[in-house]
Amino acid sequence: MARACIRFLRNGEPVTLTDVPPMQTLLDYLRLTQRKTGTKEGCNEGDCGACTVALGSIRNGALVYEPVNACIQLMGQLDGKEIITVEDLDGNHPVQTALVKHHASQCGFCTPGFVMSLFTLHEKAAKQTRAGVNEYLAGNLCRCTGYRPIVDAALEALNTPPAPRDAAALAALQDAQDIFIGDDESFIASPASLDSLAEIYESFPDATLVAGATDVGLWITKQMRTLPRLIFLNRVRELQALHDGPDGLEIGAGVTYEQAEEAFSALHPDMARLLWRIGSKQVRASGTIGGNIANGSPIGDTPPALIALGATIELRKGSHTRRLKLEDFFIAYGKQDRQPGEFVSRIFVPKINAKASFHAYKISKRFDQDISAVCGAFHFAADGPRIAFGGMAATPKRARKTEAALAQGLEAALAALAEDFTPLSDMRASAEYRLETARALLKKALMERDGLALTQTRVLAAREVVL
Amino acid sequence: MDATPKPKKFIGAGHSTSHDSAARHVAGSATYIDDIREPEGTVHLAPGYAAKAACGRIAKCDLQAVRNYPGVVTVLTAADIPGVNDCSPGAGDDPVLAQTHITFHGQPIFCVVAETRLAARRAARLAIIEIEAEKPNVTVEDALAANKDVLPSYQFKRGDAAKAIADAPHQITDSFRIGGQEHFYLEGQIALAIPRENGEMLIHSSTQHPSEVQHVVAHMLGVADAAITCECRRMGGGFGGKESQAGQWAALAALATYKTGRAAKLRLDRDDDMIMTGKRHDFRVDWQAGFDASGRIQAVDTQLLSRCGVSADLSQGVNDRTMFHSDNGYFYPELSIFSRRLHTNTVSNTAFRGFGGPQGMVFAERMMEAIAIQTGLDPLDVRKRNYYTKGRDVTPYGQKVVDNILPEITAELERTSDYRKRAKAIKTFNDQSPILKKGIALTPVKFGISFTLASLNQAGALVHVYTDGSVQVNHGGTEMGQGLYTKVAQIVASEFGIPLEDVRITATTTDKVPNTSPTAASAGADLNGMAASRAAITIRDRLGEHAAKLWDVLPKQIRFEEGQVKAARKSMSFAALAKSAQLARIQLSATGFYATPDIHWDRAKAHGSPFFYFAYGAACSQVTIDTLTGEMTVDRVDILHDVGKSLNPAIDLGQIEGGFVQGMGWLTTEELVYDAQGKLRTHAPSTYKIPCASDVPSDFRTKLWKSDGNKSPTIFRSKAVGEPPVMLAISVYCAILRAVGSLNPAKLPPLDAPATPEMILRACRAMES
Ligand SMILES: Cc1cc2nc3c(=O)[nH]c(=O)nc-3n(C[C@H](O)[C@H](O)[C@H](O)COP(=O)(O)OP(=O)(O)OC[C@H]3O[C@@H](n4cnc5c(N)ncnc54)[C@H](O)[C@@H]3O)c2cc1C
Ligand code: FES
Ligand code: FES
Repeated sequence: MARACIRFLRNGEPVTLTDVPPMQTLLDYLRLTQRKTGTKEGCNEGDCGACTVALGSIRNGALVYEPVNACIQLMGQLDGKEIITVEDLDGNHPVQTALVKHHASQCGFCTPGFVMSLFTLHEKAAKQTRAGVNEYLAGNLCRCTGYRPIVDAALEALNTPPAPRDAAALAALQDAQDIFIGDDESFIASPASLDSLAEIYESFPDATLVAGATDVGLWITKQMRTLPRLIFLNRVRELQALHDGPDGLEIGAGVTYEQAEEAFSALHPDMARLLWRIGSKQVRASGTIGGNIANGSPIGDTPPALIALGATIELRKGSHTRRLKLEDFFIAYGKQDRQPGEFVSRIFVPKINAKASFHAYKISKRFDQDISAVCGAFHFAADGPRIAFGGMAATPKRARKTEAALAQGLEAALAALAEDFTPLSDMRASAEYRLETARALLKKALMERDGLALTQTRVLAAREVVL
Repeated sequence: MDATPKPKKFIGAGHSTSHDSAARHVAGSATYIDDIREPEGTVHLAPGYAAKAACGRIAKCDLQAVRNYPGVVTVLTAADIPGVNDCSPGAGDDPVLAQTHITFHGQPIFCVVAETRLAARRAARLAIIEIEAEKPNVTVEDALAANKDVLPSYQFKRGDAAKAIADAPHQITDSFRIGGQEHFYLEGQIALAIPRENGEMLIHSSTQHPSEVQHVVAHMLGVADAAITCECRRMGGGFGGKESQAGQWAALAALATYKTGRAAKLRLDRDDDMIMTGKRHDFRVDWQAGFDASGRIQAVDTQLLSRCGVSADLSQGVNDRTMFHSDNGYFYPELSIFSRRLHTNTVSNTAFRGFGGPQGMVFAERMMEAIAIQTGLDPLDVRKRNYYTKGRDVTPYGQKVVDNILPEITAELERTSDYRKRAKAIKTFNDQSPILKKGIALTPVKFGISFTLASLNQAGALVHVYTDGSVQVNHGGTEMGQGLYTKVAQIVASEFGIPLEDVRITATTTDKVPNTSPTAASAGADLNGMAASRAAITIRDRLGEHAAKLWDVLPKQIRFEEGQVKAARKSMSFAALAKSAQLARIQLSATGFYATPDIHWDRAKAHGSPFFYFAYGAACSQVTIDTLTGEMTVDRVDILHDVGKSLNPAIDLGQIEGGFVQGMGWLTTEELVYDAQGKLRTHAPSTYKIPCASDVPSDFRTKLWKSDGNKSPTIFRSKAVGEPPVMLAISVYCAILRAVGSLNPAKLPPLDAPATPEMILRACRAMES
């Protein structure tokens, strides 16, 4: 029997909701229903961080807090979570005192969001560098201060250890029950197992799957789409599993960017660098690798790298599973090799051979929290080069002609790029720029392969969190 | 709450006290308009526009589906407006709702009024609108071809610039572009109208100009100004975007209240805000200069061609200020500074921190770089050689520069930033580095303080002393994060010699201080601080006289300090004196008024002294660029900025750093992209990129110039600080230009602003050819 409610923790107390409009966001719930107006709306699309709240989860038995954008969190994602908002801190939290002391607020509208991001950082009880704090705050925009005092305050607050917290109350909310609220016309479903997911999705193939909602949330808040039937993936146990084996990674489609960070970093430092530049801490705490693939976006950042690494994916429909190369999943703009009722279940990423070299780059107008103009990944392996790009075609795409032409030398390969790709011009970059930087990235990758240090090839080394 | 009261601290003007709302900012309890608990039955608004077209006649506007959407109460159109359909700051050319034609993409045609904001937003998309679309003029070139302006051209002249340039030993001719900028205040435009009896209304508006909102609403409703009260406790950022352009949203909320009798709230969605409200003006600058081998300018001839959008808005003042600052700190013996205010079918551009000044200054600094490249001199030497000095001290508009400290500021920053040594090291680095190139630049700022529309240089304040010794202060200035309220409270606390916490700051409202000027032109503290000081002094004088009588001493012997009133060996608390004065029937409330003295400006003759004084500063920035991709990072920034005798060093530092970073965004990552149909393609933070934390240089050193105080008699000899720091960021643009220039030292890089990676790469490629 499915449970017909969602439960989450507020101020140490469980809250049970039985009547939840599927498309309701956490921000509207807080501001309009609960009249908790400390959490602000600056953009309603996950980009400014003014709506940041802390989300507590039990992971491997431990309580962890992550910052999320309340404006694009749907209520259905919250089951089994703890929600902490700025009102729940007492005003004297080390982060709050430090922000006041360092004159880190001017208009103050961004401040609650910063407080909550920094609250989650503070909970980690780890030392940080300035670059590390910068990176942690990429999802919080401030138009007034210029950030310097905010980062100073953060660094100071981190000197005070966090108060001990009890995970018991939240642990008590974890269960393995499927959730179903509503009726066939309009519902929130949150299956707890892969089998339940397969079953309900097969029954409602036109329902919308929601993983982290970092895309789906915007369909609701910006495109004003009506999505009455939502199936949430974040409680499907098997989809959250990540296995790091000798041959490679096995990643459940529901694994978030954040959860994948360690394994990706171990794969290659450029995978960590790439990950850090996807969205922000908030986006990475919610967004999933599966979602980044399944959405079929031509400017998704993990597919080019995963294609270059030779990743495959597993799809499931009902009780049937199949596996295919990731590069074959993307057919055309907005079209993937996925049947109605079928979903992405796992991603397999082989390890990089010690003799191979791997390079991944993201080019965007702003370094942090921006969408790629061009994203390029280069894998020079014993069995030949594998090169893939995002932002260059209607899908993430392998540069097969370029790969082949490399045997004839650099000039031939550079010329072949124009045969592989005819990129578009848009507000992020012109077609000419895209092609030219794609070529530049190939040159760089080769120079780096041949031994030129990153400090000589990349301008952005200075901003990076030290690996 | 603490049980034991903390000892009171005497933090008057000059001290780094926290922003008055800092504790509430971090607690989430500072109230913005959307946080106010709405009166029961409040309706919510969402404007609607033609999705596809930019300009043309409205052939059809079918709102049936909108009206039928569940939750919709009514739909407002131009026909509902009882008064005048205009929300312009004066010219009468900005309809609240378009009636027969639209002139730009995103122009509101109707406004949905619904029970919830969501219902209003969803319903707004259901309108069927057909426009007989005409081809919009979008670019400077379109407007030049159509020969369309929103306002007449204007010119400063001295001598015969064309001839002097031709006669000079060296000449340069160049043309480049400077982009616009979206304000991206974190709190979007919002207004809440609340009905009162007898047709009166209270408008909560996030505005830098409550008096204008009051006036726009009254004018639109056809009622007296006195029937409307406009209040603003704080804004979540303004930056000029809420100077003239908050009125439309307040007018629509008021119209809904007028029509439904219910309170009404309009909060623009972020995308709508970016599409429907104006931005910093963007320019094409065509210029020529003549100079000698030492880099000294003999004549300048520049044409400042700005895109103003569809209406006048504040374009006169903005473009005038571009002209006023196209000299920055440099003397041009002969000159022609010509400005065109072009009409384009894009949203009307408006005030933005610096108010046109930054664009003029970018031109001046690009010219310095160009001269340096052509003469082979270091650009800093070219700058110094052209600074205003004795005998060469008259600006293009006739004002004599009498307070110049740029030579001193520059010398000190040159030393503390290690400019020469680093410039040399960079040359070595660039010679050895194949892909990455560095650049460094030290640029000055001289910014004129005062509204150039003389009538705006006035302010009023209202101060009440209560019998327990607590004080309320109110003034015409608004708080947008710049710390104005804090500074004014510090000033009042100083005048009374009482602890800052005894001074209560109250929301700016038109029923306390009327007929105010916008909080703009960096003049907020100068004007309102002085007015509040005068109000406080009036009361203090009355109290002093009363104390003198009580103690039988002369009023001038009375001192107000540390919460006490003292004379010789007598003393009593400020509160006791207030109480005693009230019993003696002495008025404990006063208004204060201030009008800036000694400024005059004859616009027809283009001559006068429009500025009370200048604010100065300089910045040295170093960048690294990637010549293969155009990516860029700012390595280090050193700033030395003059705020006179600071009213609050911490707040001033915040203005300087924040302004710098905002200026840096304008000149680097913030790119407004309009397509050929006149649609803004970058109308969300996903596509319009303001700086985030990692864009701030990791090595960022900001210092206040040790000043003996403003030479002009400003409040406590402080200087305005809101806008000038934005222009310190021009050093970043120039440093990028230097880095690109290293590829071919003889050529001026064709680098437009913003210097996005794509722009930088394009400039790099041009250097090779
Ligand atoms: C502020 C912001 C910044 C961003 N920055 C980046 C960036 O830098 N780089 C980048 O690549 N992306 C970026 N994104 C886009 C987005 O975060 C990613 O594409 C993300 O991976 C989507 O994952 P999700 O779990 O949130 O997907 P959701 O929004 O939940 O779903 C996305 C789509 O995939 C479908 N879906 C999800 N999971 C599955 C599954 N297992 N099987 C089948 N279908 C599924 C959903 O039905 C939906 O169609 C950004 C988004 C935001 C809001
Ligand atoms: S409101 Fe901007 S991220 Fe949520
Ligand atoms: S303080 Fe205003 S946006 Fe950060």
